[in-house]
Amino acid sequence: MDIHALQQIVHQTRDARRKQTIPKFSPADRDQLIHQYHPDYRASAYRPIRFGPNANDKTVVELAALLEGDSSIPENLDVTPQYTTDVLVIGGGGAGCAAALHAHASGAKVILATKLRLGDSNSVMAQGGMQISVAPEDSPVTHFLDTLKGGHMQNDHELLKVMVEEGPSIAKWLIELGVLFDRQADGNLHVKKGGGSSKPRLLTCSDYTGLEIMRVLKDEVLNQKVPLLEFCAAVELLSDDNGHCSGAIFKDLDNQRHVIVAAKAVILATGGIGRLHIQGFPTSNHYGATGDGLCLSYRMGATLDHIDTFQYHPSGAVYPEQLIGALVTEGIRSEGGHLVNAKGERFVNELDTRDVVSSSIIRECEEGRGIRTMSGRVGVWLDTPLLDAEHGPGTVEKHFPAMMMQFERFGIDISKDPVLIYPTLHYQNGGVKIDANSETNVKNLFVAGEASGGLHGRNRLMGNSLLDLMVFGKRSGLTAATRAGSMKQGKLTLNHLQRFRAEAKKHGNSSGVISPMILPAYTRKEPERVVTT
Amino acid sequence: MAQEDTNVIDQPEVMRHKMVTIEISGKKYEVPEGITVIKALWHTGQEVVRGAGCLGGFCGACATYYRTKDDPKVRTCLACQMAVEDGMSFTIMPPFPARKALYDIQSLKDPKQDLFNLYPEAPLCRNCNACTEACPQKIDVREGVWKAVFGDFKSVSEMFMDCVMCGMCTPVCIADIAPNLVALYVSRAQGAHFTEKPQGLDSRIKEIQDGRYNDEWKKVLGMNEQELADHCATVK
Ligand SMILES: Cc1cc2nc3c(=O)[nH]c(=O)nc-3n(C[C@H](O)[C@H](O)[C@H](O)COP(=O)(O)OP(=O)(O)OC[C@H]3O[C@@H](n4cnc5c(N)ncnc54)[C@H](O)[C@@H]3O)c2cc1C
Ligand code: SF4
Ligand code: SF4
Ligand code: FES
Repeated sequence: MDIHALQQIVHQTRDARRKQTIPKFSPADRDQLIHQYHPDYRASAYRPIRFGPNANDKTVVELAALLEGDSSIPENLDVTPQYTTDVLVIGGGGAGCAAALHAHASGAKVILATKLRLGDSNSVMAQGGMQISVAPEDSPVTHFLDTLKGGHMQNDHELLKVMVEEGPSIAKWLIELGVLFDRQADGNLHVKKGGGSSKPRLLTCSDYTGLEIMRVLKDEVLNQKVPLLEFCAAVELLSDDNGHCSGAIFKDLDNQRHVIVAAKAVILATGGIGRLHIQGFPTSNHYGATGDGLCLSYRMGATLDHIDTFQYHPSGAVYPEQLIGALVTEGIRSEGGHLVNAKGERFVNELDTRDVVSSSIIRECEEGRGIRTMSGRVGVWLDTPLLDAEHGPGTVEKHFPAMMMQFERFGIDISKDPVLIYPTLHYQNGGVKIDANSETNVKNLFVAGEASGGLHGRNRLMGNSLLDLMVFGKRSGLTAATRAGSMKQGKLTLNHLQRFRAEAKKHGNSSGVISPMILPAYTRKEPERVVTT
Repeated sequence: MAQEDTNVIDQPEVMRHKMVTIEISGKKYEVPEGITVIKALWHTGQEVVRGAGCLGGFCGACATYYRTKDDPKVRTCLACQMAVEDGMSFTIMPPFPARKALYDIQSLKDPKQDLFNLYPEAPLCRNCNACTEACPQKIDVREGVWKAVFGDFKSVSEMFMDCVMCGMCTPVCIADIAPNLVALYVSRAQGAHFTEKPQGLDSRIKEIQDGRYNDEWKKVLGMNEQELADHCATVK
């Protein structure tokens, strides 16, 4: 049967489903479901890390290999710097731009280096919104409790309190820079309800929240004339005699040469790991999301936190083939979109936390109630036309223009036809452990944004990441700038690398891979079929 | 695991693995039909560094010119969002050296007037519509430039919400305008200067500063694990 025939079940059952309410799982059922179906609980996908600060902790095999991987840098490399700065920011996504702007504003000399172009990142893709407690019925404490519940009570309380309390002033900063958040008729910020949250708390810019924020931040970085090193991938950090961070080595991707930067403080804002495709999952992440910051900090001796837990966003596109893994925003479910199996039934409260919803989709598919495509992929329906039925014609187009356009390019009108979805690898819940100023246990090494860990516990709530970036980007930038003002540039050495290699040797050498990965290996190596005419 | 075979969607491109002939920067290759333009580059063994970013249609890094079989018209697309078809020819666009005006958004005194100092070429738009035709996001760019010049900043900011800053509207402009940069300035000015200040946000910031939640924090942070879990469960 073709897709249109299979879709009929969604249209046929719509009216009946609209009368239904699906209760959330009880805590016990929820635990059982997650343990049985969530990819984080597939023991075979995990192994202990053999050495380093997190020796014996388990993580997914793909990441373990990179953490134990060897550096591409020879220890005798001449580390005479080409550039010297107070604060070196690595990564040009939301966290990196926020860090650079705040460090610059407090008077420090800043360099921002990034692997691709400034702004090419996960941040630019965020559609769903940014959680900030601004509604009268809401409060920072409620935001704290919701997040804690979502994170399985494992969140770092101190980081979390800082984040929810500084949220409103971050919104103010962004508005002053010209970010256009959606408004209510009375001029107040319009807030939507996100999965796992008890109150409406999501600030949005249509479904282009990340794009709008990044357009503005990028423009501001350029306006402030922050020196940029684009197409430069960090491949190693530098450490002084005390093991403190003192700069970084980059590979210039244009000419493959090394670029050495001496810095009094380094802020790593390199984002997540989706492109490692752990457990074979497709991903919603950008091209450069290869977990580089984790490898770099780990070799320096930084401790990682919660690196055994990842977020599989419930709704990644399964059809058409070109959009595999691409995100279908949670906003659709927030506005009442149903998840529907091959029998036309709902099977989960769509607004439950992401881990619960993802697990339940995997359960439907594993128990044979999924819809299979010819390429062997399986998924369930997301009833997008329901939004027009519920809130009036034109709703989907008005509220989700980005998504409409994405599917329209392939001839699919999501306001008329449901879309097929399956969980996609979306977010790294854990990362490098930081304190409330975003500093790691390696002095002068700061980590902000998705590369850091602790704040989100074992599961991140929708919309908390954009806030995380801005709050800890800011804190890292301010602290690094102040620190730099009161200290001398440390020596540039590769002592930490020597130490790491010695330890690897004791444990039977590194995993045999070179890390960081920099870009995923998508380029086909076999000879291509060139056509001659 | 057991799934009925009726649960199968016909996807011709997957079923038949049909190969099509395409032309990349003038050289012909065979690739599977229906893969995206970026995947076609990878498939033919080409490393893509410039020209790939988000892979999700949001960053504009993959601006590409293409033509389809027997059609003389050169079109534009985002390479991560476009499927290849037989006879298609494409080339990724290099970054275009547009001039971006530098400004301090906060200290602008008269943003509508300042537009003419920052982008003096903006009012010289000759209405040719080339920018609109070039836009892969289907924005009415020409209309946007006109509205900017006439001071309708609100409309411009709404129209350009979809702009991924790919820059494809810039090299085609006969008046040397970078419409996307004009629109970005206008949108930021709209947000910073012509949009109401949200009262609720200011009161929330003040509440936090004044310690309105201190007692509640004290209570919550003083709880042991079990108490906290129970308390979280009461939040509805
Ligand atoms: C499709 C999608 C939708 C999302 N929607 C939302 C949402 O609605 N709300 C929300 O709160 N969160 C959302 N998220 C999550 C959120 O966007 C990300 O977690 C967040 O943007 C990460 O920001 P970051 O600055 O830490 O990293 P990124 O924005 O990913 O930036 C990382 C930067 O580091 C650079 N980099 C990486 N390695 C190196 C290296 N070795 N050297 C130099 N530079 C390097 C990259 O090129 C990039 O510029 C979404 C994520 C995705 C993928
Ligand atoms: S307006 Fe210009 S920069 Fe923006 S999406 Fe359209 S062509 Fe690209
Ligand atoms: S291309 Fe330039 S001159 Fe032509 S309509 Fe667009 S802005 Fe005006
Ligand atoms: S890679 Fe970002 S729009 Fe195509």
